[in-house]
Amino acid sequence: MKRYFHNFGERLIEGILALSGAVTSLTVLLIVVFLFKEGLGLFSQHPVSEGGVIVVNNQNPVKELSAKQIKEIYDQNITNWKEVGGKNQPIKIFRLEDITDYYPEEQLGANFEYLPQRLSELVSKQPEIIAYFPEQYLSKNFQGHPIELENITLGSFLGGKEWYPTIQPAVQMGVLPLILGTLWVSFGAILIALPLGLAAAIYTAEIADNKVRNTLKPVIELLAGIPSVVYGFFGLVVLVPLIQKVFGLPVGETALAGSIILGIMALPTIISVTDDAMRTTPRAMKEASLALGATKWQTIYKVVIPYSISGISTAAILGIGRAIGETMAVLMVTGNASVIPHTFLEPVRTIPATIAAELGEAPQGGIHFQALFALGCILFLMTLIINVSVDMVSAKKKANR
Amino acid sequence: MYSLESKDLHLYYGDFHALKGITMGMKKNEVTAFIGPSGCGKSTYLRCFNRMNDLIDNVRIDGEVLVDGVDIYQKSILVDDLRTHVGMVFQKPNPFPKSIFENVAYGLRVNGTKDKNLIAERVETSLKQAALWDEVKDKLKKSAFELSGGQQQRLCIARALAIEPSVLLMDEPASALDPISTAKIEELIYQLKENYTIIIVTHNMQQAGRVSDNTAFFYMGELVEYGKTKNIFTSPKDTRTQNYVTGRFG
Ligand SMILES: Nc1ncnc2c1ncn2[C@@H]1O[C@H](COP(=O)(O)OP(=O)(O)O)[C@@H](O)[C@H]1O
Ligand SMILES: [Mg+2]
Repeated sequence: MKRYFHNFGERLIEGILALSGAVTSLTVLLIVVFLFKEGLGLFSQHPVSEGGVIVVNNQNPVKELSAKQIKEIYDQNITNWKEVGGKNQPIKIFRLEDITDYYPEEQLGANFEYLPQRLSELVSKQPEIIAYFPEQYLSKNFQGHPIELENITLGSFLGGKEWYPTIQPAVQMGVLPLILGTLWVSFGAILIALPLGLAAAIYTAEIADNKVRNTLKPVIELLAGIPSVVYGFFGLVVLVPLIQKVFGLPVGETALAGSIILGIMALPTIISVTDDAMRTTPRAMKEASLALGATKWQTIYKVVIPYSISGISTAAILGIGRAIGETMAVLMVTGNASVIPHTFLEPVRTIPATIAAELGEAPQGGIHFQALFALGCILFLMTLIINVSVDMVSAKKKANR
Repeated sequence: MYSLESKDLHLYYGDFHALKGITMGMKKNEVTAFIGPSGCGKSTYLRCFNRMNDLIDNVRIDGEVLVDGVDIYQKSILVDDLRTHVGMVFQKPNPFPKSIFENVAYGLRVNGTKDKNLIAERVETSLKQAALWDEVKDKLKKSAFELSGGQQQRLCIARALAIEPSVLLMDEPASALDPISTAKIEELIYQLKENYTIIIVTHNMQQAGRVSDNTAFFYMGELVEYGKTKNIFTSPKDTRTQNYVTGRFG
């Protein structure tokens, strides 16, 4: 009876465990598939802004432009058609609001009912024109041809230096500044957190007596439990003005502020993982060192640190992982300018902050929406790489024993 | 003058009275064996001479411990310096996760020796003294963990010898080893006697008989009997000693 019960219970528990394992894996898989499905949709999209068309005169040989070229034209960095493969003639930019320069209001009709006609007329009369206006004003027998936009490519997405996802007439979907922003802030965070964390871990593992350690550990763990908005708030109120004052900057919201906040947030992980690693150093090994006349410090850096080096690397990688994915605090203190950073004293924009800030205003299913998902994919891959390296480091650690 | 000496030494682990008034002295060029049942305080006493007990919380010491006539528990003593004079070999081989060469060079390096030739020379001499040189001379760069247990223990002895201490404390150095390695280490102790004051803690009566000049029998934190090894084994004065050496308890 007892035996039967035992077997049944074991089976049941096994079943439940297997089921929850399966459900978890499935959920993870579904999320990843969803993420990539939405994200990859981006690469079949034309980067022209939602609901608009770009047209030129019928005589104009230019048929296709890239999003970047269009932006350069509208920024007047490109001023002659020959620069984009057309005739040698200056480019005349036209936006819808310029229409009153050409036609008095009465010719457009009270409800702009003649507008499509006038636009067609205008484009056919002006050989140098490039016009951008809403698709609804494109009449059936329009005198002029629309410009084809090249699809967004993976290369232009990853390598593009400009992120203006809502700009008109052509959106700019270059994520390089965001990737670099994320890496800069995370790298800075680890640069700050690793030495501090290492020092604190040496203290808790090797120097503090049990009483100090037993009060310090919970405090450090408490640090990990503080919500990230609180860190962000602290950063915004204390750190940002301080950085502004100390470095004499126009604004204090910088990569440095983000790095410091993220560094503080990564500290608990780094300290506790490093502390645990150091505590595995066999007592016999430390005694051997001390018995040879080594000082406590020599023992720490010649025996304890080398012995726990893979644990320390794991701590560093986990810390970076924490930093890369962090959203709220970074959003609050980094200034969110999507430019490629050159120093730590410039504002930067990270991938998670971009997603959080822009998702609310991106129409679902649109190009901007999909671009944010593609950013999510990049973030996912970054953290995946990090997790795989943690596994590799700890596998190596086991092999070393 | 004694090389090592203690006067009315008491040691407490918190409330636990582990050593109860131990007074004895050991001369240079003599091997002293510490025997006694487990937990009687042999290791504790041994570790007083290089102040290894300092690492343990809540240890209190009363009385005097002298090395070459100097009280080593006085404030002005530099513990790191003391430990370069009083070397130690542990029960279980505990090489560092470094190369064979670096294990032996470790003590020299931490004590500030920079001269490469000198280090190489000392490593070689120490390995020879520890009767390990022939076995490892072609693989000095290899990890110490590739050696057998017996070789590792001799490496640890070489490591202790490299900084040229004058005292060698050995806490059951052969208890984890096979008979051949044990014999090698006993032979080694016999040769090292020429230059060192040696204390060896052992559970093995035959070993004490073979290697030591003097034997001290400890029982529950007390020094029961101390004298020439021959006398302790053949004509002990205390019945507890007699019971122990004849194997009636322990
Ligand atoms: N770190 C310690 N804290 C508390 N008690 C200890 C400690 N180390 C040893 N003891 C106790 O002191 C006594 C002597 O131990 P030890 O010197 O290791 O004995 P032996 O080496 O003779 O076997 C034992 O009762 C042991 O339990
Ligand atoms: Mg012992």
